[in-house]
Amino acid sequence: MTLIEERAEPRTVRRLGRPDAAARTRGGQRFLLLGLVLASMYSLFPVWWLLVASTKDRTGLYQSNGLWFSGWHLWTNLHQLFTYEDGIFLRWTANSFLYAGVGSLGGTLLALLTGYGLARFQFPGRNLVFACVVGSFLIPIALLTLPLYLLFSEIGWVDTPWAMLVPCLINPFSVYLAKVYTEATIPYELLEAARIDGAGELRIFFSIVLRMMTTGGATVFLLAFVNTWNAFFLPLTVLRGEENWTLNLGLYNWSGKRLESGVDLTGLVLTGALLSIVPMAIMMVAMRRYWRSGVTLGALK
Amino acid sequence: MIRSQRWKGAAFTVPFQLGFVFLYLLPIGYAVYESLYREQQSGLGLGGSTETFAGLDNYRHGVTDSAFMGSVLRVVLFACVQIPVMLVVSLVLALFLDALTSKVAGRFRILLLVPYMIPGVVAALVWINLYSPDVGPLTPFGKVFGFDWNFFAPSMVWPSIGNLLTWHGVGYNMVIIYSALQGVPRELFEAARLDGASELRIALSIKIPFVRGALVLTGMLSIIQMLQIFNEPALFRNITPQTVSDGFTPIMIIYNQAFNAGNYHYAAALSVLLALVLGVASFLFYRLTAKEAD
Repeated sequence: MTLIEERAEPRTVRRLGRPDAAARTRGGQRFLLLGLVLASMYSLFPVWWLLVASTKDRTGLYQSNGLWFSGWHLWTNLHQLFTYEDGIFLRWTANSFLYAGVGSLGGTLLALLTGYGLARFQFPGRNLVFACVVGSFLIPIALLTLPLYLLFSEIGWVDTPWAMLVPCLINPFSVYLAKVYTEATIPYELLEAARIDGAGELRIFFSIVLRMMTTGGATVFLLAFVNTWNAFFLPLTVLRGEENWTLNLGLYNWSGKRLESGVDLTGLVLTGALLSIVPMAIMMVAMRRYWRSGVTLGALK
Repeated sequence: MIRSQRWKGAAFTVPFQLGFVFLYLLPIGYAVYESLYREQQSGLGLGGSTETFAGLDNYRHGVTDSAFMGSVLRVVLFACVQIPVMLVVSLVLALFLDALTSKVAGRFRILLLVPYMIPGVVAALVWINLYSPDVGPLTPFGKVFGFDWNFFAPSMVWPSIGNLLTWHGVGYNMVIIYSALQGVPRELFEAARLDGASELRIALSIKIPFVRGALVLTGMLSIIQMLQIFNEPALFRNITPQTVSDGFTPIMIIYNQAFNAGNYHYAAALSVLLALVLGVASFLFYRLTAKEAD
């Protein structure tokens, strides 16, 4: 009898979408939910605090309860943020979009070309190229960035957008993902059929492969965009003048001003920090459906 | 495959190969080259400087440099605490999610991933302000319970950074482990339950061994990241330079040697050393975890 009962339960749960609901007792389920609610609160409260803090004026920031509103000064803060030092914050935002957008677009196209070449052709040196891709995951950023700085200063790229854009073009992790996606989506038979119809290799790539790789390509692009948007060590090293800085570099600089020159920009830093999250939030929502198939596939294979 | 097609395939990878040579191999070669030289000031340093071959002197200096080796050790010790804590939390949350219906699990998964979408620099800025005794809510919160926390005190800096890194990294690691858990054949649980195994026992004896690969992967990625930690301590240094020295982590030392002391040769040697440490650490970790699996 107990046997029947035990077997019956998973079956009802299966209909709800899962074959196995381990927390079969009500107490167990509550325990799991409580744990997850606490973990979610830990995850979210700093974001909530940031949201609340950016609506406060100076007095509110220092004197009111951090987790609740006190006055509504968001518009004033935004106005200050965008006008401080002749609107340098807007400049940084535009720079970040330029580096992350254009750099990732170029990097993604190159990665798709390379990934396709690696996944669907046998050629001498193929394994070596792939070994370089995987091996480069282990190279510390300092080992690359410092000599890059020296090389870029030789050719006059330091402090120009090129110093940020060109490194984005070569992204081994994107190549790795592109190879995994190609293996999963582009069958050999299709390529053979196209060849028999007389299509050239480049034409096959641009009109067939690229189109079938929209999902994979979008994921590669989004990840590269997020990476570049979040980059800190490279811009810190290769960008000197304020006008070429990224958002991260600008916020870092503002947060240090208090010690350096006694100017307290905490309010601006917090409002700026909140704004710099917005594009990431949009990106993450956009790629939500790729989370399971995309990111983790690349990470596990 | 026809011969010409092979070369066409190779052609697809040529732009990448050229870029890789220019942006990876050339810089690494350059760093190694630079690391073998030293700058010699002629006369009183007024007549400019010349480069002379130094052999392995920079490396010898590096391995005996107590500041550099100290920073490596500091980061390694920290990694030994923070990474296991973060992975255990991620694993527990992934197991929790795995035990719920997928609809509920999906909602929590998004909530727990929120910190991961915050850029690292912004995450550090937010937590620095949360820790701050002036604007942060944590100090008054502690006072309610009679604690007088100072998150920037020398003894608290690593726990403060550790909490920040854990907060930032748990979601991503959890997602990887969770999707590995989804691959466990469900029949195994039924069989175990029929044999009278408790849910805890199933988690310990079936689920956790099954996701070993995901744990090794997340562990290795975390080690690689941790040895190169820079952003968080650099931002903490903005607030509390007396506790976070400019040589707190290996990359901070390398950066300072290159840009503040102007000693590229030594900085290059240190970054090669760091690469070696990184390689050895990943190799050891991989071997140790692989051995346990046998």
